Amino acid sequence: MNRPGPLSVASGRRSTVAALANVSLLVIAACFLLPLSWLVLASLDAEASYQTQIPNEVSTANYTAVLTPELTFVPLLNSFLLSGGTAVVTVLAAVLAAYPLSRYQLRFNKPFLYVVLFGTCLPITAIMVPVYSLFVQLNFLDLLAATTLFMAASSLPMAIWMTKNFMDSVPVSLEEAAWVDGASAMNALARIVVPLMRPGLAVVFIFVFIQAWGNFFVPFILLLSSAKQPAAASIFSFFGQHGAIAYGQLAAYSVLYSVPVVLLYILVSRGIGGSFAMAGAVKG
Amino acid sequence: MTAAEVVARDAETRRGTEQRGRGRPPRRGVLRLVPLGPAVLLLGVFLAGPILWAFYGSLTNAALTGVAAKDPQWVGLENYTELLSDPDFLQSLWLTVIFVLVSAVLGQNLLGLAIALLMTKASKAVSAVVGVCVVAAWVLPEIVAGFVAYAFFNRDGTLNQLTALFGIDGTDWLFTVPMLAVILANIWRGTAFSMMVYQAALNDVPEEITEAAMIDGAGGSKRLWYITLPMIRHSIATNLMLITLQTLSVFTLIYVMTAGGPAGASTTLPLMAYEEAFRYSDVGYGTAIAVVMLLIGAVFSIIYIRALRERKG
Repeated sequence: MNRPGPLSVASGRRSTVAALANVSLLVIAACFLLPLSWLVLASLDAEASYQTQIPNEVSTANYTAVLTPELTFVPLLNSFLLSGGTAVVTVLAAVLAAYPLSRYQLRFNKPFLYVVLFGTCLPITAIMVPVYSLFVQLNFLDLLAATTLFMAASSLPMAIWMTKNFMDSVPVSLEEAAWVDGASAMNALARIVVPLMRPGLAVVFIFVFIQAWGNFFVPFILLLSSAKQPAAASIFSFFGQHGAIAYGQLAAYSVLYSVPVVLLYILVSRGIGGSFAMAGAVKG
Repeated sequence: MTAAEVVARDAETRRGTEQRGRGRPPRRGVLRLVPLGPAVLLLGVFLAGPILWAFYGSLTNAALTGVAAKDPQWVGLENYTELLSDPDFLQSLWLTVIFVLVSAVLGQNLLGLAIALLMTKASKAVSAVVGVCVVAAWVLPEIVAGFVAYAFFNRDGTLNQLTALFGIDGTDWLFTVPMLAVILANIWRGTAFSMMVYQAALNDVPEEITEAAMIDGAGGSKRLWYITLPMIRHSIATNLMLITLQTLSVFTLIYVMTAGGPAGASTTLPLMAYEEAFRYSDVGYGTAIAVVMLLIGAVFSIIYIRALRERKG
């Protein structure tokens, strides 16, 4: 980046600044990476402890030890059901709600959106005690479906915001053509708007999924039987029972549980979030 | 990742695409509001309901077991007066303030800003590597981040390995300085968000302005203080608000690392509400703590939303 310019002194200083910046950033990166390196190294070390050390011998013993139905497969399946269900319900409700908010000039649109934004900010941790009481009253405790609905509700404010903004960028002109042809609003939504905002909906879906996948507190409180608990909660009971001895297995379990969301995050940040292939549709 | 994070990014990009819904829908009247139904129902039952119930429940002596569980009695403001005279609550409130101030407002915010600023000077490759390392801690599920931090600060953990390199005998960090450990862990985990917000903000600062200042002889620190920071002040405000709200509700990280201990030395409000309601089965009291948290959260949310509105004019 050394541009030749009238300020030759400054450009010399610039390279010193760049070197200093590079060094300090690398130090910071090392600090952030150090704790994580334990996770990876311990998961591959049959004799792992809480110390970070290069394994004497790289082994997959920890992984084979935790890859059992009751320890990994069932909790991961529960996680998929819970997170997938949450994401499906959230996206469906958000698309439906975003349509009138985006397309009609209604007096209550603004207040409604501010209430939604307000809901986005509230600490969900704070309402878990009352939610538990509600679940007791309604006999919802330990029901996967009810927990899914609650998690959908808690991610709905964010999803409505994102979906509405994505929908705002779908040109109305396309729907107007459909209305002229006599299509109903819901028809236009399903046939025209939703297909055009597929990338945006994928982003919303993945964000909600990642959030639900990582959520420990909600299933920990609302699901009681271990057969129904997702990986986040089962990994915690594993930590409670074996955390003091089976370090390597805990690390391997953590890696297995983290991989899906890391992959999804890479997927979102690398591609589908950015571009909206809409130009062609408007021309046509 | 919380909802608020995404909204932050969303709100930042939103300025460009202000409402374009000037449609001429085929159907008029109340019927066109029907699509809002499922969302309103979900939000009403599972969010608004519990919040309203919290205000009511905090005025009773509801419990999980025993006589009070079947037939909770109205106790008025008793839970709140008890709260204000409860040294555990006052300590917990104080710890929460420290946790939010030191780990979010100072730690995550300043470190995130520093990384973003350094990235503007550093080489592209280094910036990319740092970005990945910082974001990695943030992408992991919170409970895994908790395990990792637990292992790091453990008596036999990596941190003591490091101090041993310098010949210093380490300590059991989670036991002797639990607040410091959870604060550092939260900085480690959460800095990525601030970093990304500031990276985006600094990208929008036109280069000509800083260059003009440089030609006028303004040094690095002056340029930062008088030009760069004022230009990204909206992002700073947004970021501070969001990380405050987020840090206020951190539960899992602390629960895994110290479970609030030893002897309540790292029990922030979310942990105390949980303990009171589920361990000591005093739902009414736990709910009162929850209401206090909701009120604190509400104040910050309202400030944030007002700031957002003013910015849009």
